[in-house]
Amino acid sequence: MRDKTDYIIIEFSKAIFIYGLVAVSFIGLGFYSFVTLEHEGHWLTGMNNQIVWGLPHVFAIFLIIAASGVLNIASISSVFNIKIYKPLGRLSALLAISLLTGGLIVLVLDLGRPDRLIVAMTTFNFKSIFAWNVFLYSGFMAVVALYLWMMFEARYNKFVGKVGTFAFAWRVTLTTGTGSIFAFLVAKEAYNGALLAPLFIALSLLVGTAFFYKILFWMDRGLGIPLGSEIIKRFRKLLIYFIFTVFYITILSHLTNLYVTKNHGYEFFLLFSGNIYTFLFWGCQMIIGTLFPLLILYNKKLSKSASGLLYASILVLFGGFSMLYVIIISGQAFPLDLFPGYIERSSFFDGVEATYVPSIYEFMLGLGGVGIAAAIYLFAIMVLDFTPRSLDNAATAMANVPEPVTEEKLEEEKESQKEVVGEKSSIPPDQKTTEELETDEKNKSADEGKPAEE
Amino acid sequence: MKKYKIKLDRRNFLKSSGMLGMSSLAPGVFFQELAQARPLNEPASSKNRWGLLIDANQCSEDCNACVTACNEEHGIEDFGRPTTDTQYIRKLNLTHEDSGESLTIPMMCQHCENPPCVDVCPTGASFIRADGIVLVNKHTCIGCRYCMMSCPYKARSFIHENLENQVPHTPRGKGCVESCNLCVHKVDKGENTTACAEACNKDGHQAILFGDLNDPESEISKKLNKYKTTEVRSDLGLNTAVRYRGI
Repeated sequence: MRDKTDYIIIEFSKAIFIYGLVAVSFIGLGFYSFVTLEHEGHWLTGMNNQIVWGLPHVFAIFLIIAASGVLNIASISSVFNIKIYKPLGRLSALLAISLLTGGLIVLVLDLGRPDRLIVAMTTFNFKSIFAWNVFLYSGFMAVVALYLWMMFEARYNKFVGKVGTFAFAWRVTLTTGTGSIFAFLVAKEAYNGALLAPLFIALSLLVGTAFFYKILFWMDRGLGIPLGSEIIKRFRKLLIYFIFTVFYITILSHLTNLYVTKNHGYEFFLLFSGNIYTFLFWGCQMIIGTLFPLLILYNKKLSKSASGLLYASILVLFGGFSMLYVIIISGQAFPLDLFPGYIERSSFFDGVEATYVPSIYEFMLGLGGVGIAAAIYLFAIMVLDFTPRSLDNAATAMANVPEPVTEEKLEEEKESQKEVVGEKSSIPPDQKTTEELETDEKNKSADEGKPAEE
Repeated sequence: MKKYKIKLDRRNFLKSSGMLGMSSLAPGVFFQELAQARPLNEPASSKNRWGLLIDANQCSEDCNACVTACNEEHGIEDFGRPTTDTQYIRKLNLTHEDSGESLTIPMMCQHCENPPCVDVCPTGASFIRADGIVLVNKHTCIGCRYCMMSCPYKARSFIHENLENQVPHTPRGKGCVESCNLCVHKVDKGENTTACAEACNKDGHQAILFGDLNDPESEISKKLNKYKTTEVRSDLGLNTAVRYRGI
């Protein structure tokens, strides 16, 4: 079915200027950080031989999982056929591409040898999840670009469902790949579990939805694209579902660890020892990022207001970021136990909890990635018609109305069927496939409704 | 024609037999020694598996000779930043939680047969040679540090700063990951030792023994057969080439 949404190209405005300026400033900060680190080395960061992945990785993975999560909105319309999300399909795919680009740039610029990116793109060890991810990420870009093409080109709208399903499968695999970066680390007690993959998928759905809503709210206030209560209602439900899913898998993974005696040490370290990770887990992830958004989403007044949902989304984003920080950093900070039953001490910090204080350079590099994602989005909506003219209830309801069959359309369809099916139409009915028979049936009923002039 | 008559009394017989025996055994002994210096145009062979046997009973807590020798051998500088400074080898002090029994051992890359660092490396820069030595190809390492995340022994370091005056046999550079290379330059020259083992012997501790685990006649193999030895984190099934005695 053709997309009947009215899309517009956004013109330069105050909102675009302000956000563009912020994006460019972030990119500037990121670039300055990259050049400094490239010149001086990583000793300027808080990372060291104990905490080898730090804040840039938290930013990068946050952006990457948000990228696969925002594509979910397009998937809901084209894969699960819920039409109200159809006007958001193009934006969803655009945000996926821009967020993934931002995340990958942070990841690449934090490499010890970013100049050797070409080596990473040409020399592969297929036993490494990282090597797989190179294909998953670049493939994701290609699949989403194809998806966008199908959405933009009216003639190809009919393929949106199929390409969308493929993109959905790809994104699930991609986030599985991201979770598996940690799941396949055999030596670290904090990781080493396949549950990390579904946890990352659930987190991506949550963060992606919250991020998308934040953009919709900004479009309403900054660009004058009205946001209807129908969309708000739907996003509220999505946020609730995904918060509970993330919460469920989080609890499940910790209970699993608590059952295994050898993992008690890490669980105690994270959940009860009162360090920064305990604070981030309980305070930021569980209370601010899970409980507070739920209170807002179940509040009679706030749950119906656009601003209420924005607050919930911001808290969810904060909680998601904290969660990734806890997973990535605390797993490294907890010491390896080389000799169970012994207290270990060395000049290389064996047996002690590693300390990590992120430096300003890491923060700037992360912001650079956010800036790049924002800049791509802003540029794209100003050159192509990604943005629906309106998202009020009337506009979204329009998407559900079946397309009226005009005589011209019928002619067109017949023409195209002749072109595409061609020889197939001469096949006797008993030799036709079920699909072809169904198409015939549909055509027949359309003919009966409005006889075409021949 | 003059005829030579061999006077074969008991003394001469024993003397000749001894010399014959010596001359037939000598090439076997000496040529085999020479043969261990593999020509540089030949690849490393899986006939060898180089490894270390570390005797915790012989290792002294106040001795740091292996660490100093290693740093000197590989040109490892101290920048006064302990959290980021490279360490190929470190002295690990262990105290039993219940009994209070204490011991000290050197800890370095364990040169696993199934190294997790090689599995996770996206570019294949982390690799294992046919003779079991785990190395980092400094030309293809992109500095992602995934190998450091995966190493169960915390054996790897990332080069956090610009370096100068590196030694030619140990190429090192900012932004790459590195670890103990089992003094591969010495192995390739047929020196049959490592800097740490040499220093330990020199100090009279003889706690570190280098050798070929695949050669049943090597001293290390004989000791491994004779004494009970341990692999660190043997539960991971990595089959390390560095074994410990007395822990």
